[in-house]
Amino acid sequence: MHADNDGAPLMLAPDVLSETLTTAMATGAEFAEVFVEDRRSISALFDDGRVEELTSGRDRGAGLRVVVGDTTGFAHTADLSPSGLRSAAEAAAAAARGGGGGVRQVVLDQHTGPAPGPVEIMPGDVPKARKVALLERADSAARGSDGAVTQVAVRYADSHRRIQVANSDGLLTGDRQVRTLFSVSCVASGDMGMQTGRESIGHTLGFEVFDEVDVEDLARRAAGRALLKLEAVPAPSGEMPVVIGPGGGGVLFHEACGHGLEADLVAKSASVFAGRCGEVVAAPIVTLVDDGTMPGEWGRYAIDDEGRPAQRNVLINEGVLTDYMWDHLRARREGRASSGNGRRQGYRHLPMVRMTNTYLGVGDADPDEIIADTTHGVYVAQLGGGQVNTATGDFVFGMTEAYMIEDGRLTNPIRDGNLIGNGPQTLLDIDAIAGDFAMGSPGTCGKDGQGVPVGDGTPTLRVTRLTVGGTAA
Amino acid sequence: MERRPEVGELLDLAESVVGLAVAGEQLEVVVVHERETEARAYEGEVESLTVAESRGVGVRVVSGNQQGFAHTGTLDRDAVEEALAEARDNMSFATPDEYCGVAEPDGVAPADLDLYRSALADHPTDDKVALALELERLTLSADERITGIESAEYSDSVSETAVATTTGIRATSRETGCFLSAYALAEQDGETQTGFGFSLGREPGDLDIEVASREAAERATRMLGAVKPPSGRLSVVLDPWVSAQFLGIVGGTLSGEMVQKGRSLFAERLGDNVAAPGVTLIDDPTDVCAFTASATDGEGLATRRNVLIDGGRLDRFVHNSQTARRAGTVSTGSAVRGYSSTPGAGVRAVSVVPGTLSQADLVAGIDDGILIQGVSGLHSGVNPVSGDFSTGAEGIRIRGGQLAEPVREFTIASTIQRMLLDIEAIGCDLQWLPMKAAGVTLVIGELTISGT
Repeated sequence: MHADNDGAPLMLAPDVLSETLTTAMATGAEFAEVFVEDRRSISALFDDGRVEELTSGRDRGAGLRVVVGDTTGFAHTADLSPSGLRSAAEAAAAAARGGGGGVRQVVLDQHTGPAPGPVEIMPGDVPKARKVALLERADSAARGSDGAVTQVAVRYADSHRRIQVANSDGLLTGDRQVRTLFSVSCVASGDMGMQTGRESIGHTLGFEVFDEVDVEDLARRAAGRALLKLEAVPAPSGEMPVVIGPGGGGVLFHEACGHGLEADLVAKSASVFAGRCGEVVAAPIVTLVDDGTMPGEWGRYAIDDEGRPAQRNVLINEGVLTDYMWDHLRARREGRASSGNGRRQGYRHLPMVRMTNTYLGVGDADPDEIIADTTHGVYVAQLGGGQVNTATGDFVFGMTEAYMIEDGRLTNPIRDGNLIGNGPQTLLDIDAIAGDFAMGSPGTCGKDGQGVPVGDGTPTLRVTRLTVGGTAA
Repeated sequence: MERRPEVGELLDLAESVVGLAVAGEQLEVVVVHERETEARAYEGEVESLTVAESRGVGVRVVSGNQQGFAHTGTLDRDAVEEALAEARDNMSFATPDEYCGVAEPDGVAPADLDLYRSALADHPTDDKVALALELERLTLSADERITGIESAEYSDSVSETAVATTTGIRATSRETGCFLSAYALAEQDGETQTGFGFSLGREPGDLDIEVASREAAERATRMLGAVKPPSGRLSVVLDPWVSAQFLGIVGGTLSGEMVQKGRSLFAERLGDNVAAPGVTLIDDPTDVCAFTASATDGEGLATRRNVLIDGGRLDRFVHNSQTARRAGTVSTGSAVRGYSSTPGAGVRAVSVVPGTLSQADLVAGIDDGILIQGVSGLHSGVNPVSGDFSTGAEGIRIRGGQLAEPVREFTIASTIQRMLLDIEAIGCDLQWLPMKAAGVTLVIGELTISGT
């Protein structure tokens, strides 16, 4: 093993990787790749009034991918010795069932890719006691905000992930990705039962995050959300205008069209956006970007899990669909470059097309006027995840802090529920976008059983018509 | 690949680490080894074939009423000892809790379950690939309106687990499981709909490829022409695929851990009638039909059959050894975990006692309602603490006891509490699914439909 070199973290020696790739190509493959990962993580949980546990994890291994024709063979191993890698390369090659044979020596060209994101204070250098102290402060702040706060869970987590990618095109590159996450979940109890409130922050930074983030303030906001909902009325049902607050709406775009713009789903015609590049797919005020380079954001990286530099990709420009998101394999088949969206949960998984940080560009409306201009509808201040069927375009997203809008004013808070819409229709139904942009909470996007960290952001916006899934008439 | 360890070797490793315990220290070591094969077909070719092994070790240390934990994704001796050192270090930061500790042997013998089939472990990879290709072919040819496949795959796993503790627990288990799943695209007049079909088994011979392909095609084609229904309150029939997801959420609220931490909406309700009188809800990991069956739990204790709701009355919460000590009772064998986490307390294989009528009979008894065949956003619109329940849905309208037009892009909403009380009928079609619950057709008296 080599030492961590900040420019291009090198984990396995080039000659070992080169030999492994040569083995993988020995049965006549068109493409082979070694993905090496070494991930250390710490998670601390303060729950039920005490430090419940501290957990440390270490996971390292390599995934071997071999492509023959339209077939991908894949194997992985936790054994990073030359023989362990050779066995995995043989298994992947056998799975890809290459028949040709012939020797092709793979020569690697050490690639100086983009530098890893800057980290001032590596989490591993911070004593565990300092991490635990943050939890206690957040717990006290949440409980101190009101006697009705009956339970608090606070989690701190950090991870340090080093990756190395080498492939048969001669690429050899690496990255070092550091993530820090902090979340507070509260339960408040009242006459009408219990309600929950959550707040979280997550960045591709180290412990310096807490120079900017006040964990007590974060905790009070989580508690406030649970307390607010003790007074909540049942959510309405039926179609109505929906205004989404700054930072809150990213999930809507992630589901309404983000997944539908992933080239793997497009290629299988499993997306309502297939074949629509160059067409108007959204209101002209809509410009949607997926940007893996946003400094410090949760979905940020220097290179993706196929070794391609992260990019800023404009997906929808003033309402016109400009491009899909691509990974290496899909791009290779189309004879174009990857857009740096090839990601995987870990070395045990095949990469596929994934989003990074997806955001809606600002508009020129005034956020207060958007609300004042809405007679009857719902204002969603915080969203809580969603889901989409990319083939039909139907998507849902949850609301975890929302209010009625009556005669242009926010009135009663409403209980949790889902909203449902159809992606292509919803994009056309956006009639106002403000200038108050904010990023939302850190998310984990699930696809085919793999979870990867993603970010999103929006200014305040209004959709003229969505279906709100409550119980009130 | 590397040589495959036998389950006995996993236990040897666990025992040898347990042997490193110092005086006054409790250790629990869980060792997991899993082999997986996944073959995906697309347009008559193998899209991908993954043949992989995963292994990992979790080490829990308890001393002076403090607990620490660490895990590593390898069986390498050095890495495991590093994990032990980390767990000890982590322990010193935990708040002392008089109830923490590893499980003690309780004298309950694990059930003798037939969950491991060498027929799967020895099945040739080529035959598994052939199943995926055949699944795609059959699904595409099931109906001329099926125009494509989003995925058609065969996947299986052979998993082996060993748990050893300083209190004398020595448990091993091994299980095989496989399934076929197809996700079909149906198209007509420029409109696309999707449908999912699957088949589960312990070995490839258990799989019914006809059922998986036919169901995917039927579910997709019967949604063609779907419209958005008007809002209102209606009777709803939950298909087994949907009811299993609902019952899984209900099961989650009956965790002793959730109850003790004030996060269960049923916390103060033991002995109360929380469901309709016909509802008996059971968690039984010893039922070999359950895909998630296991003879031992995450702490190495025997799993057992636990009646949670008996004739509508809330009878029991499920416990691991720690939540049981806190509650002054005994573990129900319900510790749930992977190697990378400490044991929680939770259900593993939930089902309701089925009724006598088929889904068709139940539909025939409904004048105006909707058969729900799929839901979405369970994680975003269902709050298991407050009980608020709201999900996206698709299905078939029921008119005059007959299935009528397909409907989509609407939500169904109620609360978990009300839905349990509003269960009017239970079908006879109990079906175990690849999740911690079995599905069965359920008729819910009234739900709010939100559409146009």
